[in-house]
Amino acid sequence: MHYHWNWGIFFQQVSSSDDTFFNWLMIGLGWTLAVSLSAWVIGLILGSIMGVLRTVPNRKLAFIGTAWVELFRNIPILVQLILWFFVVPELLPERLGLWVKQDMPAKEFITAVLALSLFTSSRIAEQVRAGIQSLSRGQSYAGLAMGFTQAQTYRYVILPMAFRIIIPPLTSEFMNTFKNSAVSFAIGVWDLTFVSRQMVEESGGQVIETLTAATVLYFLCALAANRLMYVIENRSRVPGLIVAK
Amino acid sequence: MAMHFDFSVIPHSLPFVWKGFQFSLGLTLAAMSGGIVLGTLLALVRLSGGPVLGSLAAIYVDTLRSIPLVMVILWFFLLAPIFITSITPERSAYITFTLFEAAFYCEIIRAGIQSIPRGQVFSGYALGMTYGQTMSNVILPQAFRNMLPILFTQTIVLFQDTSLVYAIGASDLLHTSEATGKTFGRPVEMYIFAAIIYFTLCFSLSTLVKHLQKRIAIIR
Repeated sequence: MHYHWNWGIFFQQVSSSDDTFFNWLMIGLGWTLAVSLSAWVIGLILGSIMGVLRTVPNRKLAFIGTAWVELFRNIPILVQLILWFFVVPELLPERLGLWVKQDMPAKEFITAVLALSLFTSSRIAEQVRAGIQSLSRGQSYAGLAMGFTQAQTYRYVILPMAFRIIIPPLTSEFMNTFKNSAVSFAIGVWDLTFVSRQMVEESGGQVIETLTAATVLYFLCALAANRLMYVIENRSRVPGLIVAK
Repeated sequence: MAMHFDFSVIPHSLPFVWKGFQFSLGLTLAAMSGGIVLGTLLALVRLSGGPVLGSLAAIYVDTLRSIPLVMVILWFFLLAPIFITSITPERSAYITFTLFEAAFYCEIIRAGIQSIPRGQVFSGYALGMTYGQTMSNVILPQAFRNMLPILFTQTIVLFQDTSLVYAIGASDLLHTSEATGKTFGRPVEMYIFAAIIYFTLCFSLSTLVKHLQKRIAIIR
């Protein structure tokens, strides 16, 4: 093996620009965080709505929820991303499509957030549904018996319980969002994966240093997400359940 | 619509895309079988391999589970030429996916084993079986049966994840569709075609898994 170690590579300047490789990694981290966090927030909102729809008695609304989940869950995230980026602009009316392709600001970023949030929402919807269905039927009957409308029953009785119950699977999903965001390199978002591929080339093949740095940064993102959710989980435990010691 | 579609590109590109599809499917099956075997071993080591081996297995599993698969794919593909030998993207994908999926199968199998009542282990020992015999004759057959739906679900996820070999340019379903689409000047149609194949396969498999889940639940 002939590997030329150079851990100082991060403080060297990239030949084609004013940045150091460390700057590059930070730019990559920034975009990874921006894509993942935006997608997480939108995915959580859309996923909650669709998850609730799947549990309501109205058949048509429930079908919309089911169709949403099946559509966005059964196509690989990378393929969805490519569809949004290369295919959907062609399906739009001519002038709008042209604008999206040529003039839309932050085109790559917006597309990545859109694709990732829809993908994430389908998985969150499943968890929200499971959380709602894990509650005993009596809870919603109690709400209705109190004179709440169905919407009020969801708002004041069912959802406050369901969301607290599903925090552990939501934690994994939050961590998954950071991992899934790695596909956005494919449409040219300057995320950590994109930057590492560039850095391997520009640094003359410092593969190990580059990938170690990127891997550690991804690891830290997942860890931060995990700790944050852990704090929320502890603060919102439901009294009387097994988890609430 | 800005575009006039011409789906006649599909029959022309079918032979090449078929090869890509076979690769995606082969990669899924290989990583599934390899991953389940390796994952079972990892799970057994985590559960009863002693403090040193047990925590080594735990570190392996937890590390792989917290970094993106694309990173792992890049690690192996870029490091192999430096330390071992030059490698084709396809072969690199086989090795990477098996090693990576093993971590996920390990956690499923570990949970499955832990869901079996402890008395089953004791009764195996009471009959004079060794640890290996108890595991392979008493515990694992029951555990695998309970785990079957989750193992299949993980395999559907795995099939979707094979599209990530895009990062190293291996010729899978997505990559061959894209390549022929560009050759014939019809990439949009080919992307849609690939998406439909992924969707149809994953949707029907997940419907099957749901039925399986119901059947297993009734028998128990």
